[in-house]
Amino acid sequence: MATATGVYHSTYTADLALRHTRSEHARLAIVAIALVILPFLATPYWLTVVNQIGIAAIGAIGLNILVGYTGQISLGQGGFLAVGAYTSGLLVGDLGLPFPLAMVGAVLMTALVGAFFGLPALRLKGLYLAIATLAAQFVIIWVVRNWDVVTGGTAALAVPAGELFGWTVRGDFTWYWIITGCAAVAALAATNLFRTGLGRAFVAIRDQDIAAEVIGVDPLRHKVLAFAISSGFVGLAGALTAHYRLIVTWERFTLEVSILYLAMIIVGGLGSVAGSIYGAAFMILLPAWIQQLGQSVGGTFPALSRNLPAVQQAAFGLVIILFLVFEPRGLARIWQRMKDYIRLWPFRY
Amino acid sequence: MPLPALRAGEVRPTDGSRAHVVSRAYQHDLNGSGLERGAVQVEVDAVHLHFGGVVAIEEVSLEVRQGDIHAIIGPNGAGKTSLLNCMSGLYRPQRGAIRLHRGDGDPVDLTTTRPSRSARLGVARSFQNIELFRHMTVLENLLLGRHVHMRHRLAASLAWFGPARRQEIEHRDLVEEVIDLLEIPALRKLPVGALAYGLQKRVELGRALCMQPAVLLLDEPMAGMNAEEKEDMARFVLDVNELAGVTTVLIEHDMGVVMDVSHQVSVLDFGRCLVTGEPDVVRSDERVIKAYLGAGSEPMGAGT
Repeated sequence: MATATGVYHSTYTADLALRHTRSEHARLAIVAIALVILPFLATPYWLTVVNQIGIAAIGAIGLNILVGYTGQISLGQGGFLAVGAYTSGLLVGDLGLPFPLAMVGAVLMTALVGAFFGLPALRLKGLYLAIATLAAQFVIIWVVRNWDVVTGGTAALAVPAGELFGWTVRGDFTWYWIITGCAAVAALAATNLFRTGLGRAFVAIRDQDIAAEVIGVDPLRHKVLAFAISSGFVGLAGALTAHYRLIVTWERFTLEVSILYLAMIIVGGLGSVAGSIYGAAFMILLPAWIQQLGQSVGGTFPALSRNLPAVQQAAFGLVIILFLVFEPRGLARIWQRMKDYIRLWPFRY
Repeated sequence: MPLPALRAGEVRPTDGSRAHVVSRAYQHDLNGSGLERGAVQVEVDAVHLHFGGVVAIEEVSLEVRQGDIHAIIGPNGAGKTSLLNCMSGLYRPQRGAIRLHRGDGDPVDLTTTRPSRSARLGVARSFQNIELFRHMTVLENLLLGRHVHMRHRLAASLAWFGPARRQEIEHRDLVEEVIDLLEIPALRKLPVGALAYGLQKRVELGRALCMQPAVLLLDEPMAGMNAEEKEDMARFVLDVNELAGVTTVLIEHDMGVVMDVSHQVSVLDFGRCLVTGEPDVVRSDERVIKAYLGAGSEPMGAGT
């Protein structure tokens, strides 16, 4: 129970709640209302951007479960996204499944593939594991490019527009609701995971793997499980991409994508669900901002607008370096500090 | 007239008067052993461990009885921690067996079980260099001690649904009891990494206790502590042993503490077990004095 003098719980149930104070509930309500109003106000361009953020947020939450919470570095994100996108696309295109079912199939398939490529984690740690997961990235993309019969090889795979009860699901506006809904469910599921024993076991492996083993956490089982759960989320993101864009090409799932996602969770905050969302938003918005900046100052500095892609790349690198140096715990930590400051303002402590 | 046998939760005053029940009432039994007090619980049988050409443990045999505080002492490098690591499954000795008796069925050989399985069998331990989950709160660390007693279902966890939520609340009850026992209620929500060294050691003991262990292995729980912290820790070790009846294997260098609290003492030297016996016997053993205590260490119990 929250009173003017502090938060006092009289039951464990109350203590376990995600939100305790009135202002926390109010904040959630404001965010929810903003998310409902947003698609009515946004221009088509910004709606596309927001949808991209939603999909990236799901992928980033997935990666954060593995990297931020369980401490297993993965460079295979792009490959797992590809598995999700192709599985879902093919299930609809070739087998004619309704797209929600295909997405569930994609989640399960990606989880399975993720668990398989997570097997090296049983023996490898840190940098060595990163290199081993790099194999997932390259093997999956290689399979996609060479398994012409199924994936269409290097050509793009066209995905039929999703249909549900005779209603065709297409357009940014409609997909906004689906993507935002999926992202909200993903965020809630990940949050729930880490307030139960299973999630704690993952964090235990990250913090001190020998001690985790000695208190009874089976490292083999939990590492593979972490890979599977993480990949499940990533598979969902991949499947959404496929149905939202209606086209799947291997070029969308290269190593660069894996690194982009790593950047998202570093900038957003490792080991934070909210941070994954902030990071996804930041890394998707950054190129959009720079593009706008280039357009607005292009007249004065033509060199800038001509070299826009290079500027975007440089900004990308700079942002990662700045975060690693000044706030390794990312945007989530910055937001936390702001909240702490506001709560105590105008007092120092 | 012989004094009646003690039940769990009873303590016999040193003056020999009648036993009285200590005021603290346990709702949960922290002792995970199904054995009678005094029965042989851990049987170390001719264990031999070497790393390459270096012999760490050489034909060590000893028995730990249920309900005892069994101290293992010896100079640095004698193989104390190695022996504990063998018991918790982190090291695999080349020869010998460590049998854990459980009261029901055959004893289990701990030298061939994986650490996570040993934990399920009731072997809990603390480490010499604190091995806590630094970024988690005290509460989360202690709840992790409940890991083996919880059921983990993925779907329920993701949905925070029924059983997942219920068991978080259920297990919190025992954890809170351990928090009370170790006098750390104020630290509940603090990240462990931010705590003082002595308190971290306490949390580590707490995490092991939350497992409701059959055997508690404590590797130098009082190393690097000041007198006051040591006193607290000794009190907790005694509480756990006397109130809950948990068998404790204790590695400790402070002879004062060892001689005061333990029922049995084993002395290791160069990987061999010199002697096992009651503190008074061990204290006056020629070989022990020569190998470890040193001659002229008459005022025993003064501590260092």
